[in-house]
Amino acid sequence: MTYKFMKSILLASTMLVAAGVAQAEDVTLTIESWRNDDLSIWQDKIIPAFEKANPGIKVKFTPSAPAEYNAVLNSKLDAGSAGDMITCRPFDVSLGLYDKGHLAALQDLEGMKNFSSVAKSGWSTDDGSATFCVPMASVIHGFIYNKDAFKEVGVEVPKTEAEFFAVLDKIKKDGNYIPLAMGTNDQWEAATMGYNNIGPNYWKGEEGRLALIAGKQKLTDEAWVAPYRQLAKWKPYLGDGFEAQTYPDSQNLFTLGRAAVYPAGSWEISGFNKQAEFKMGAFYPPVQNAGDECYISDHTDIAIGMNAKTKNPKETKIFLNWVGSAEFASLYANSLPGFFSLSNHEVKMDDPLAQDFVSWRGKCKSSIRSTYQILSRGKPNLENDTWNASVQVIKGAETPEAAGARLQKGLASWYKPQM
Amino acid sequence: MAGDGKVTTQSHNKRPTRWHIAVFLAPAVLVYTAIMIIPLFGTLQFSLFQEVERLQVFVGLDNFKTLFGDPNWSKSFWNALANNAWFFVIHMLVQNPIGILLAAILASPHLRMAAFYRTAIFIPTILSFVIVGFAWKLILSPIWGISPDLLQMIGLKSLFAPWLGKEAYALTTLALVSVWQFVGIPMMLIYAALLTIPDEVLEAAECDGITGMKQFWKIKLPLILPSIGIISVLTFVANFNAFDLIYTTQGALAGPNFATDILGTFMFRTFFGFQLQLGDPNMGATIASAMFFVILIGVCIYLFGIQSRMRRYQF
Repeated sequence: MTYKFMKSILLASTMLVAAGVAQAEDVTLTIESWRNDDLSIWQDKIIPAFEKANPGIKVKFTPSAPAEYNAVLNSKLDAGSAGDMITCRPFDVSLGLYDKGHLAALQDLEGMKNFSSVAKSGWSTDDGSATFCVPMASVIHGFIYNKDAFKEVGVEVPKTEAEFFAVLDKIKKDGNYIPLAMGTNDQWEAATMGYNNIGPNYWKGEEGRLALIAGKQKLTDEAWVAPYRQLAKWKPYLGDGFEAQTYPDSQNLFTLGRAAVYPAGSWEISGFNKQAEFKMGAFYPPVQNAGDECYISDHTDIAIGMNAKTKNPKETKIFLNWVGSAEFASLYANSLPGFFSLSNHEVKMDDPLAQDFVSWRGKCKSSIRSTYQILSRGKPNLENDTWNASVQVIKGAETPEAAGARLQKGLASWYKPQM
Repeated sequence: MAGDGKVTTQSHNKRPTRWHIAVFLAPAVLVYTAIMIIPLFGTLQFSLFQEVERLQVFVGLDNFKTLFGDPNWSKSFWNALANNAWFFVIHMLVQNPIGILLAAILASPHLRMAAFYRTAIFIPTILSFVIVGFAWKLILSPIWGISPDLLQMIGLKSLFAPWLGKEAYALTTLALVSVWQFVGIPMMLIYAALLTIPDEVLEAAECDGITGMKQFWKIKLPLILPSIGIISVLTFVANFNAFDLIYTTQGALAGPNFATDILGTFMFRTFFGFQLQLGDPNMGATIASAMFFVILIGVCIYLFGIQSRMRRYQF
């Protein structure tokens, strides 16, 4: 019995090897990614489009869970078993991979010409001399609102902060809807959809962000404390028990029509389109005074690079070049509304909510999340501390000033320009 | 005496080398060495190194100096250790007494459907942490959970709070969830110990007029003390190695405000990195080593301080 079993295993493996030889003319490229939500879009739309145009190259999309991606990828790269292409997180995580020699330099790639230096900033060395991932998409922050609820309560889209709180007050008084769908259990929403969403209006986008990196501004300055002051005012508008409300809880509260406004990132669009049965709209973070210039967080989020140890560098480069093409830009932006192309190609999008978001690029000045470039390199980690501080401020456990002072102290402990 | 000696020599002569002992031990020893002992020493060794310009450089005890000396690190470490201690205290005060109580009830000969209760109480132990964590997170959820409604039914809605989101309650709540999951283990061990008490001893006690509760305190409890000791050590080791439940319910950042951060989550975050924080395997190994020493010290205190003084009874 065991003998038979062994024999069949041997036979099976021989047949597999034979099959492998037979297909040897086709090169198969694998993509490592954390976007397991997008698996079907890659398999059904993006990869077939590429394979049709490039016969002889097969592509496999092999995502892992977002929270484990960095750890899994690192182990795979160290063991030499990672795929040919690697989906890149922005800034230091990918820079670390490049420095370790896991990602190949790609600045000479033909397709790179289609991206501005801002688009490439998330995946370039500090001096900009080398770029190691082809930018795919950015996400824009703002607020998604329930149009039906706004009509029912009788409020308009707020343009200024005073109007914003007036709207929330009115919704709260009406009592049918939770004004703001956000919880503090998972922590990151408070920082990403809270602090870094409304913040650029105060620190004037890139101007303040670069000044902070240069050491010319401090986190204790008014521009950096004021967003916390606004966050502190959000508490009464959050749902009951928001302390234990998780990210999926907030998503469900909004899509079930129980909440009126959702502090959002544009990546929510496709999920919300599927779930929500009411009309949705979006507005950018309200400015302090009517007529002020508005700033939005238009964050470079996802890119794709080449494993430096890939056995198929030629084919991988063909794919990466294609990622820089107009065809990919339009395919990706339309299959995944809410992930906006970073290329210079003109991309037409069909989704109205995505159009809302992307229209702000024309009205407001774009910036990226303040904590992502350089500033989260040391210990204590500024991004993690910002999560914690945003939650503490919303709960009222820490004053905005104390939060700013704590973050500044942590940053100054390791970052020279801030010492 | 002389006869005894003769017998042993004889048997010794018959089987000069008892190979079968080595052969039977070999698989366990090999597997244990490969997956436990080598990694353990690997971790200890790793904690003495630090990466400098892509090379592992020996730095002696510098990592431990950072862990205990640098206020950023030591604050997190002591917070995690204190949380771990509290997690353990809750288990010792709640899980083990309840386990003993349940075992005592189950061991009573008058109880009907004992097998059913025994199984029902033991089932959560074999469930995955992920299922337990997720189920309790839903039960306790202020939005969809049934706990607010249940409390409302008995008019105690005012007692409800989003426990998992409050700094003051989160750790205790999770400790109680863990107690709920694992109360079956002390119950089973004590139950087994109670069953080994010979009936003659109990009958003798009854003849002397010691029955009911008095019998439990005076006769049974002293006889199961060694088992309680073992359970305490198992609880200690399991609690100071805990990670899964906290990670599945609160994430690697162990919110709110690190109120549920224990050594396991602290080590995970450091070793693998988190969000923008890059992993630092050497510091992670340092924390893992510190965990190992904490557990080692705890177990040694038990072995040399308590177990050696414990009286054992033989029947």
